[in-house]
Amino acid sequence: MYWSLIIYAGIITFVTRFSMIFLLKKDILSDKAKKILSFVPAAIFPAIIFPPIFLDDNGTVDLENNPKILAATFAIIIGYLSKNIIVTIFAGLISYWFLIFFYF
Amino acid sequence: MNDKLKTLTKGIIDVSPLMIPVVPFGIIYGVIGMDLGIGPYMTLGLSIIIFGGASQIVLLQLFSGGASSLIILSSVGAVNARHVLYGAVLSEYLSGLKLFWKIILSYVMTDQAFAVSNNYFKKDNKDNNQHYHLLGSGFTCWTIWQISTILGIVLGSVVPEELGLSFTISLTFLALLIGDFRKFKNIIVMFVSGVVATIGYNTIPFKAYIIVAALTALIVATLLTLMDLKKK
Repeated sequence: MYWSLIIYAGIITFVTRFSMIFLLKKDILSDKAKKILSFVPAAIFPAIIFPPIFLDDNGTVDLENNPKILAATFAIIIGYLSKNIIVTIFAGLISYWFLIFFYF
Repeated sequence: MNDKLKTLTKGIIDVSPLMIPVVPFGIIYGVIGMDLGIGPYMTLGLSIIIFGGASQIVLLQLFSGGASSLIILSSVGAVNARHVLYGAVLSEYLSGLKLFWKIILSYVMTDQAFAVSNNYFKKDNKDNNQHYHLLGSGFTCWTIWQISTILGIVLGSVVPEELGLSFTISLTFLALLIGDFRKFKNIIVMFVSGVVATIGYNTIPFKAYIIVAALTALIVATLLTLMDLKKK
């Protein structure tokens, strides 16, 4: 890790937050643009979530011997029902520990 | 109490419940930073300089996977794209402020601070010191994030690797999406993003899988939105 990389990443993060506050006088993004931008979390987070769950250490898809898929599915169900962030994280983590210690 | 302090305090109080999940997220981030061996100063440095959980995790994940700086930085930019939306929404209330205020408030604008302060701005348009609400909510996030990062750094040397704490990264991001689970269009978008990233992990060069997956999913989201508008 290099400090320069951290600083550049910091600048990029700041600029995305600052750009619109600085540039826009009034709210000029169209409703259509806003609607599409509202999909950004749904479009990006699964790209971070999926690969570490479905791929093994060699980078091949592992569907059979994989406690992470089961634990993540359980977390999704709990998340759907509870709508609670912290409950969802712990449901996934505790079911994962249960699976790796007792089953796999 | 003077009005500015009152609004500032309101911001702090409003954002506090949302800090509960931030604490474990920060701790996990700190533990992972130590796990990857970047040391305590850089782990905390990321939290202070970048101050964005998703950006920091993506940076660490791609860096440990051996991605180039260009890919790492563009992925960080992609993860932050949602902040452009926040800024666009808030600009309506903040456009009259001095540059100094805009810089400070941009630095502390997180998902949580945006959520509560935007609600406050929408409700209370008469307050001339509205921006103190965002200052309060934002700096509460900032303080909690730094403290929990430090806790994670301390715990990082104690927590055993067998606990599989890296799995909590996936869980944390998954939990941030629970609001989308009930919307069918969002589920399609999530599925597209996840599948493209998983298949692309090994096939897309330069570890660009996050950007490619996000762009593909956004194209799908655009099509879905346009189709929806046509129907109406």
